[in-house]
Formats: sequence, C-alpha cells, structure tokens
Amino acid sequence: MTAIKHFPAYLHDIQQEIEGYAKGFGLDFYPIIYEVLDYKTMNEVAAYGGFPTRYPHWRFGMDYEQLSKSYEWGLSKIYEMVINTHPAYAYLLEGNSLVDQKIVMAHVCAHVDFFKHNYFFSKTNRKMIDGMANHAARVRRHMARHGQDVVEDFIDTCLSLENLIDPMSAYIVRSRETKPEDEDDPSDKSGRLRAKGYMESFINPPEYLEAQKKKREEEAKKQKRRFPEQAQRDVLQFLIEHAPLEHWQTDVLEIVRDEAYYFAPQAMTKIMNEGWASYWHSKILTQKALDASEVVDYADANSGVMATSPGRLNPYKLGVELLRNIEDRWNRGQFGKEWDECDSMEQKRHWDRRTGLGNRRLFEVRKLYNDITFIDEFFTLEFCVEQKFYAFGFSERSGNWEIMSREFKKVKDQLLKQLTNRGQPVILVEDGNFENRSELLLRHVHEGADLDPGQARDTLKNACKLWTRPVSLLTRTPTSLEPVLYDVQAANDRAPKSPSFMK
Amino acid sequence: MSQKIDLDHGRFRQIIRGKIKQNLRKYISQGEMIAKKGKDRVAIPLPSVDIPHFKHGDKQQGGVGQGEGDVGDSLGQDGQEAPGKGEAGDRPGDHLLDIEVSLQELAEIMGEELELPRIQPKGTEKIIAWKDKYSGIRTTGPESLRHFRRTYRQAMRRQIAMGTYDAKNPIVVPIREDKRYRSWRSEPLPQSNAVIIYMMDVSGSMGDEQKEIVRIESFWIDTWLQSQYHGVISRYIIHDAMAKEVDRDTFFKTRESGGTMISSAYKLCAKMIADEYPSELWNIYPFHFSDGDNWSVDDTHTCVDLMKKDVLPYVNLFCYGQVESPYGSGQFIKDLTEHFDEDERVVTSEIKGKDAIMDSIKEFLGKGK
Repeated sequence: MTAIKHFPAYLHDIQQEIEGYAKGFGLDFYPIIYEVLDYKTMNEVAAYGGFPTRYPHWRFGMDYEQLSKSYEWGLSKIYEMVINTHPAYAYLLEGNSLVDQKIVMAHVCAHVDFFKHNYFFSKTNRKMIDGMANHAARVRRHMARHGQDVVEDFIDTCLSLENLIDPMSAYIVRSRETKPEDEDDPSDKSGRLRAKGYMESFINPPEYLEAQKKKREEEAKKQKRRFPEQAQRDVLQFLIEHAPLEHWQTDVLEIVRDEAYYFAPQAMTKIMNEGWASYWHSKILTQKALDASEVVDYADANSGVMATSPGRLNPYKLGVELLRNIEDRWNRGQFGKEWDECDSMEQKRHWDRRTGLGNRRLFEVRKLYNDITFIDEFFTLEFCVEQKFYAFGFSERSGNWEIMSREFKKVKDQLLKQLTNRGQPVILVEDGNFENRSELLLRHVHEGADLDPGQARDTLKNACKLWTRPVSLLTRTPTSLEPVLYDVQAANDRAPKSPSFMK
Repeated sequence: MSQKIDLDHGRFRQIIRGKIKQNLRKYISQGEMIAKKGKDRVAIPLPSVDIPHFKHGDKQQGGVGQGEGDVGDSLGQDGQEAPGKGEAGDRPGDHLLDIEVSLQELAEIMGEELELPRIQPKGTEKIIAWKDKYSGIRTTGPESLRHFRRTYRQAMRRQIAMGTYDAKNPIVVPIREDKRYRSWRSEPLPQSNAVIIYMMDVSGSMGDEQKEIVRIESFWIDTWLQSQYHGVISRYIIHDAMAKEVDRDTFFKTRESGGTMISSAYKLCAKMIADEYPSELWNIYPFHFSDGDNWSVDDTHTCVDLMKKDVLPYVNLFCYGQVESPYGSGQFIKDLTEHFDEDERVVTSEIKGKDAIMDSIKEFLGKGK
C-alpha cells in the first residue's frame, strides 16, 4: 500500500503508557501496531473496510468518494480504525490532538481485548490481512483471464446476495444427522403392529396394512422430493454447492461469502464492542492518563462520541451506559432470585449487598454475550426509564418520524427486533427444485417488516443470474396478507403462476 | 502518488458516466438537471448505482432513540449523521442520492453520446489579457501598498500578547514584523471569445411548454459551447413585433401577446454583432427559437435579406429551432430552408416535443462549427 509513515516517538511513549494502564485494569489484548495516516489514506483504508489489500472493486471507490466528501464538508471524521487480526492493526489520524490520540489508543486497547476474548470473534480468521490479500490476488487472476468487466459484473451479482448468510452457524448446530428410522425392524416397514399369532388378523387386518403401506410410501416420496431437506439459511453456501457455476465463479462467490462471515461478528456485537471500548477509554483516561490541562478537551471529545440525536441510536452511548449499569448492579448485589422477586421500588432503590462483583461480571459479559443476548438480559425497566429510551416509527398520518412509545416492553421489543439477524431480513432456501423444474424458491421469514419491493426484485434478478433458472421469493406485501410470490423470469419464459401452491 | 483507491474510484466514476450516458435522453427531456445546477457542477440523481440487497422497507422498521420528548413528538427528517466516530466496515449511507459531476464532464458525456465533433474555433488569435488583481496580504512589499488596518491590528495583537498594551494609554506602534502589504496576482482575463445570442419569439402563440423546451435546449447548448471555449457570453433577445434585449430570467419568463415580426430580432442581432462583437475576434452563435409564425411574407423577405447581408457573413453558425405549437403555421422554417438550403452556416431544426430536444441539439451542433 502507501508508504508507512514513521510512527513518532512521542506516540510510541503514549502507547506504552496507555497499554500499561490497560493491562493494569485487566485488559488482555493482542499486540497492537499503529499507523499514522493522513485523512486521504484514512478514507481510503476505511473504504476498504480497514484492509488496504482488498480486491479491486468500484464499490470501494464509491465509499471513498462519500467518505471524502463528508470529511471535506466537515460532516464526519474518522478518528480511528482498528481491525480484528493478530497482531491487531490500528490507524491513527495524522494531526489529531494528543488528547484525541490518547482516547483513541485506550479505545483501541479495549476493542482488541474484545476481539480476543468475545466468543463471537473466536472463529474469525486472525490472519485476515493475508486472507484479504489472497482474495485480491485470486480476483486479479480471474480478471486477467476472463476480463475485468466480466469479473466485476459477477462480483456485483454476488455482493447483492452477500447478506444471505447464517452468522450464527459457526456457533450452533442447525441440524443433526437424523438416523434413518428403525431400518432393522422389518415388521415396522409394513406398518404391522406387534401381535400374538392368534390376534394377528384382528390387530393387523389386511386393509390396515394396505393403508399403512400407502402412507409410508407417500411419506418417503415427500421426503425424497425435498431439496434441501430443511430450509437452508446460508443461501450463499447453497449456491456455491448447487448453482451451475464455473470454477472461477465459485471461487469469487466463496470469497464474497468468506468476507461476509468475517465481518458478521462486528455487526453482531456493535453495541457491546463500542460500549466496552468507551467504558475503558473513559476509565483509563479519567483515572490515569489525563493531565489536568487535558480534561476539558477530553470532555469535549467524549461528549461528541456520546451525543445522542433524535431518531438515532448511539451504540457507544447505549453500550457504555448498560455496562456501567451492570457493574453497579453486581457491585450492589442487585441480581438473583431475591432481587427479581422484590416488588418494592423503595427497597430496590436502596438495595446494596456490597457484593462487589461488578468488575468480574463485566469481564464475563464481554466474553459471553452478543448484542441480542446483552440487551435481552440486561436491558431492564429501570435502565430504560433512567436513560429515557423511546421507540419511534413512521407515522403515515403526519408523514413524519414520531416517538411512538416509551413503554418498556415496546422499546425493548423494538430494540431486539432491529438487532435480530443484524437488522437484515431472514431469507431461506426453501426449495431447490421448485415445481420440479429445478427452479429456486426462496422464502422471506416475515417478522413484521416488509421487504423493499424494488430492491427485492433487483436482488432476485441477481440471484437468477447465479442460478441460471427462474428464482422466486415468497414474502408478504402491504397490499395483501397472503404470501406473495415475487417471480423473476430467467431467459426461458414460463407461465405466470398463482401463489396458491402454499399449503 | 497514485493510490490503489484511485483505480477503484476511477472505475466508479466510469460507471457513473456510463449511467448518465445511458439515461441522458431521459435527463435531457425531463430537464431535471437544470434545477440542481450549482456554479460549475450539477447534481444528478442516480438511484440505481448501488448494489441491491434484500432489505426491509424504509418506513417499515422504526427504531429506538434516546432523549427527551413526548409520545407523538416529531423527530423530523431522519438520516442526519451525528458527528462522532466512524466505524470501519460500516456501510456509509444506505441510499445514494445525488452524484456530482462537473459541467465540463457533463458536456463531454453529451458530446460522446451525441457524437458531437469538437469545434474548430475561428481565427488563430486568442484574446489573452492579463489583469492584476489584489487578492491577499503578505509580509513584504512596497510601503505604498501597506495595509494600514491590518498592520495596526497585527501590532496591537503583538502588544497584547507581550503585555505591553495599556488600555488606558492605547498607543500602538508597529514594528517591522507587524507590517502587512497588499499582494496581487496576475490573472488572465476571461477569454470571452464566443458569444451566443439567443432570440426567442414571445408572441402569444408560444406557450409555457414551448418555452420549457427552449430553456432546456439552451441549457445544453450553453453547456456544450462552454466546454469548447474558455469563456462564453450569452445574450438574450425577445421579440414579438418589437425586439429588445433582456436578462436570462426575463427571457424565459416573459409572455407577450401580439404579433410577430421576426425581422425586428434579426435587426437587433445584427446591430449587436456590428457594435460589440467584431467577427475576426469572436465566434458568434445566434440561436433563434420560434413557432414559425411570422407576421407577413414581406417581413420574411426582410429577414432573409438581413441574414444574407448583416448576419451570416459574421457568424460561425446560425441556428433556427422551430418549436411545434398548436397555433403556429410553421411556415418560417420552410422559407429558411428554401433560401438557405445550400448554406452550411444555417441549421434549422424542428422540435416536436421534449423528446426531440436531443436530436435537435445534435442537428445544431453536429457540424462542428
């Protein structure tokens, strides 16, 4: 990439100092390598998602233009960036004040600690810099052989489906091998019930046996016809395995999928990760690293990070407040059966068992939770009220975004809903041999929000390119409660179909 | 230093260009670009650049916020990015709205799409004039250019900083380092060596739709000629039975009733050329838009004479665009064709509607004159 700027000695000293404090507090992180970048290079690296070695694609150029514009117009500025690798790379913006750099370094230490210990990062490739460079080399090779336009166009198609992965698949077992049912029992095959000889004709009359046999056959037929056997969440994987792709195409699709999985944990732990980093930067700076002359500048920078604006959730703010709340509760013993069953607000307010478990609990939380479980478990009524959370939505009546409710349950539901599957719709491969025409049927698991119809159609067209046969999507639209079939025709035409096939 | 991102960024701009080119006809006939014109850039809405994904509808989801406010309070337009930390790997913005391109680039795109030839400017002499312009302040210079106020302000600032300033006895004494002088820059005078003279018939038969067509077409003509010459001056003449020069706004807004004497406009045009734009130094482009309904055959003859004698010898190109109107007879274009069919300097074009604007531009500018 670009020439690496000399990492100045005074920053090196600050790094030593900050990392010393961080370790003293019990943070444990990979070695961190800092680079100081000017804003142009910073925007460049940010456009590449932190990896200057990524494959060539115009989308990065588009992101770069937007980042540069919003920097030039003074709308936003990237202070810092850190990537999840071992050793971890972090980027500092040239010309930031010393206080800013201190905050950033403390922040980065906590991020890297989080990368290292949080369970949901445990399966990520820590050598991803090499991984990305490898991907880039492969893409370039395909471009050299098949032409840049062809490959780029294909990447566009793959990227269109990049969110159709199963981010949890690395951590859970979706389906276990089912044992074929009692094959060793021949009597069962015919549906015969066990009976003593003289009872045989009463317990297993021939008509019954006949009916049983038919039923079995039908079931077997049904079983056979299902492909995939269960609806598959990892659409990309399904396409890699079953779409009629050329070698290089499979390779590109694998690259896109690989990178999507690499970035998925960041989206799954955004609130926690930023909360954790903010918690520690403020602790390290206010308790250790700040010089009296820097306090005002620190407060100014920190308040910028923590600022909330209407209609926008600030993950930094929510994360750090919730972590502090947890620390406080566990320090005072506000947990467990007794706490849960206590009805007296008065008693709860003054509850203090002096358990002092806050710090320990915090480290457990950062190890085991992701945003959903974090919110689900620790987002309490008291916290919701204290932090003035509200749920908002679009009001058709006024044509504006409005505060809809401050009710705890609604707020929490809304929050969990928008975190589920990283806020993306869940799309499954329902049938890979739809209507026995080797067409593909996808199903949108409707959880209250409709798909954007224009985008859905365009995305289906792209899916169609990969599958090379018609692809349909089962979803719901505002105009009908029944599921609707978005149906995209491939090159070969097909009679339009009613959605009536749904059982 | 060339960076890796430059390649991807270049690629992105190339795609944008392609998209604009594809949709140029649409943009031209809708005229939506004109509304968003800045000084030398336009913003073009290109919704389909970004890669499509399955995602929830915009207004479907709602969200959670934090802060004051009662149930039912409006949160205003959302989507405002708060200042704070950016995060790597986070998508910057879900929808792409406006793509900015410079007018120069736009002209190039149009030139490519319409296959317009580059214009060979008339005459080899270029008008280059240099003008000194006082544009800044510096710390050295002749005393005659000393900036009194800035010098004293600097001196006062220094004294306050040193603690020698006494508010009760405010004596400020500049020393050498405080002195500030005006500085100048030599700038080439804009080489306004092309002039476009727009003439439009504003008689009763030219309705709003006809004017809209003229407005759009003149925007594109401006853009193209702008890209071909360093500075282009536009002059505007409206006429019914009388002609007068107006500014741009008035040109497109005026609506008169009354008869049409095209010769009046041509007279004014000829006078303008004779008085202000010597043809050896200027590339001159008269454009005339009308619905083709002239008052009398006599007047048409006057027009033809005027053109032959006082206009055509001096201009690069004379363009006549006839906008179709339900009232006009559309005779004038036939008269012109009859007299000037052989003449390379005269281009006529019938503009049937907004969709025909592009073809008309091609007819006008396709000769490379």
